[in-house]
Amino acid sequence: MEDADLRLDGNAAAGMFGEIFALELTSARARCASCGTIAELGAEPMYVHAPGIVVRCRNCDDVMIVAVHGGGRYWLGFTGTSWIEAREPL
Amino acid sequence: MARAAVLGRLTWHLANVVELVDETPRVRSIALDVPDWAGHRAGQHVDVRLTAEDGYQAQRSYSIASAPEQPHLVLTVERLDDGEVSPYLVDELQPGDKLELRGPVGGYFVWTVEVGGPVLLVAGGSGVVPLMAMVRHRVGLGDGTPFRLLFSSRSLDEVIYRDELDRLAADDGIEVVHTLTRSQPDGWTGYARRIDEQMLREVSWPAAEQPRVYICGPTRLVESVASTLVALGHDPDRVKTERFGPTGG
Repeated sequence: MEDADLRLDGNAAAGMFGEIFALELTSARARCASCGTIAELGAEPMYVHAPGIVVRCRNCDDVMIVAVHGGGRYWLGFTGTSWIEAREPL
Repeated sequence: MARAAVLGRLTWHLANVVELVDETPRVRSIALDVPDWAGHRAGQHVDVRLTAEDGYQAQRSYSIASAPEQPHLVLTVERLDDGEVSPYLVDELQPGDKLELRGPVGGYFVWTVEVGGPVLLVAGGSGVVPLMAMVRHRVGLGDGTPFRLLFSSRSLDEVIYRDELDRLAADDGIEVVHTLTRSQPDGWTGYARRIDEQMLREVSWPAAEQPRVYICGPTRLVESVASTLVALGHDPDRVKTERFGPTGG
């Protein structure tokens, strides 16, 4: 199986994001810290075959978000994201 | 701030299985009654969790097939023979059983009337499920937004929601274009190949009309269709995708 087969959309992280954040993040816009591209997180390519999930930039493919859940904890890394703009809950 | 404070955490609900409908030999729709369900938008999904007697848990995401205004929450699930969850849902589940789920989740791959149209939907196999929620929502509202569905299936027997789509095409102005990639019945005059650039040129509104595009199915189909549409001039921000990956489980 190739990497391309395992690529999903950031949209697939909605469940895990929903466990952690009060704001809906897949429809939130985020800026890639590497190249500056701004897109909804749901539109970014995402990989789930790592121990957690890895969200990458759809333009430059740099890692934007890493999230791992296990052993009663979450590990969250946002180094590759400059900012996130989310709407208030409906 | 008060609004954020009342937003509940994503919690598990115990749903009651009300009705099961076989859509194709491998695909079944599960109608659920979910107490305290807060409602959903067309295109969202839920997480389903199964727990074995020894406590082992398996969890998968399934798209919601029903429109928000329909009385039951409906999931449509394809059996993947090596899956952990889908064989149980398709073959074992009975009316009256309970199912643990949480949601709705996802706010990105969603169509509401405010989004507008025209709307081009492109589905591969069971990728039609969240798109069907959008179609049902448009019809349920009596809304006139132009909707066109390009639907790739392997054979006529594997076309999910075939009768309902025929009806919606005849009565409600939903344009439905099928392509059958593996086998076609005698006398078939429709498309008989994988979705390609020529087909998209023929079926889609031109980029200048700025259709809203939703593509759902296996990763390779989704990426091929999305990149072709962008190459044809469609704005990537109007082309929304939901990849299923190689399998769903």
